[in-house]
Amino acid sequence: MIKNNTTNKAPKIAIKLVDLKKKFGAKFVSNGVNLEIPAGKMTVILGRSGEGKSVLLKQIVGILKPTSGNIFIDGIDFSTLSESEYNEQLKKCGYVFQFAALLDSLNVLENIGITLFEKNVNRETILSLVKEKLSLVNLSEDTLYKYPSELSGGMRKRVGLARTLITNPQIILYDEPTTGLDPITARIIHELMYQMQQELQITSVVISHDIEIFKYADYVALLNEGVIKFFGEASTIWESKNEYIYQFIRGLPDGPIQKDIAYAKDKA
Amino acid sequence: MVVNFVNFIGSTVIDFAHSVGLFILFLAKAIKAAVTHRLSIKKLLLYMYTIGVESINIVVLTGTFTGMVFALQTYIGFQRVGGEQFLGAVVALGMIRELGPVLTGLMITGRAGSAIAAEIGTMNITEQLDALRTLQINIYQYLVVPRIVGSIIILPSMAIIAMMCGIAGGYIISVYVLGLSPEDYTTSIKNFVELSDITGGLIKSSVFGLILSWVGTYKGYYTEGGARGVGIATTQSVVLSSSLILISNYFLTKLLERM
Repeated sequence: MIKNNTTNKAPKIAIKLVDLKKKFGAKFVSNGVNLEIPAGKMTVILGRSGEGKSVLLKQIVGILKPTSGNIFIDGIDFSTLSESEYNEQLKKCGYVFQFAALLDSLNVLENIGITLFEKNVNRETILSLVKEKLSLVNLSEDTLYKYPSELSGGMRKRVGLARTLITNPQIILYDEPTTGLDPITARIIHELMYQMQQELQITSVVISHDIEIFKYADYVALLNEGVIKFFGEASTIWESKNEYIYQFIRGLPDGPIQKDIAYAKDKA
Repeated sequence: MVVNFVNFIGSTVIDFAHSVGLFILFLAKAIKAAVTHRLSIKKLLLYMYTIGVESINIVVLTGTFTGMVFALQTYIGFQRVGGEQFLGAVVALGMIRELGPVLTGLMITGRAGSAIAAEIGTMNITEQLDALRTLQINIYQYLVVPRIVGSIIILPSMAIIAMMCGIAGGYIISVYVLGLSPEDYTTSIKNFVELSDITGGLIKSSVFGLILSWVGTYKGYYTEGGARGVGIATTQSVVLSSSLILISNYFLTKLLERM
């Protein structure tokens, strides 16, 4: 299943980041990120390990608070919202963690249905919804009562995705969804993400080092030295003359991207 | 040299104030979550079981042997002044007012308080807490409140078991080893132990329950790093809880004396 839907029409923006900065100690990991992520499309964020890609996603989803800058989701500036409004808006976003982050004391049913159990939704309703999401991520009902320790890496990631889908998010942020998986399982996960995006019109933002993802992505952004150095359509990425993306996707040791990842500027 | 010293003192004081503030704010957030959210009875019972019921063995063992040793040691002193008939009262008052609540608090801190810190700390470093945040689940309501409330409720029951075991241990030593009559032992307890002694001991154990679960959840919540971080959080949790239990015991005793 390979994408073929490139369009020239300017897409609606789902997420807009304006001069986003995040400082840890004296170091800026995000150093003024400006990015517009189109709605209903898959955008891949590339960058070397330690460049702050996960930090960027965690700021969008509210796990980390930006030091400065603005995050707009569906045109709403998150910095202007009260805590309850902010939490309400965050319900639009789902997050799939690098290692799934399933609660290891809960079985698959309880993990996927955790938000519904917390709202005291009828158990039969939860069971039916969980089965529906399990089928969506191509997992059998046999896994319902298994614990995370009994699942393979790929299964765990699919359960993590099902847990995110049960909240019906408009936006899903994927943090390296195929890390540690064999190429076949990685491809299954990629196709699953693509299927979710196509069938449910979900905006997908994916951090990945796997260049196979370009087959499914609509847009690609490159993060380097805490800022976005490239943003463009995935279909044209191999022809791009941008020196950063040219070096990165070809894995060239020489170029503008420094070999030393300890790039963060000391602002102290 | 002097500037460095002043800088060191200043940063230490600021760090300490920051930690204390964070610690108190953590409890305030838990209280807010307890007031604004419905407490899951299922979770409450689960944590009362894991914190209290699963600690019964160690509580029985500690209580019994403490009562036995207490009777033995007290007898040696009382024999010199001819006060053996008060042995039962002294053992009972010691167990009810001090040793039962304090030892129960310390033993459950070692067993359950450390487990709370390790469990939540592991959840933290494996992004399980972040997952709860992204799912819009209040971590205080989901993880902290049931443990704190469960601990506050179950600790007095555990303390009662420790008190009873201690008194029974004292009885065994007094009657079967030291040759005191059973009537002397039980009569002195009836004559000298008052209801306020028991309620005081139970209030103390509830406070100790709050301390060990508050510290355990707090240390787990703020765990940093990998496995080493979890180890540090667990150790700090036991040390801080035990210290706070011993310190607060003095002030609670003073406070309860006036009531």
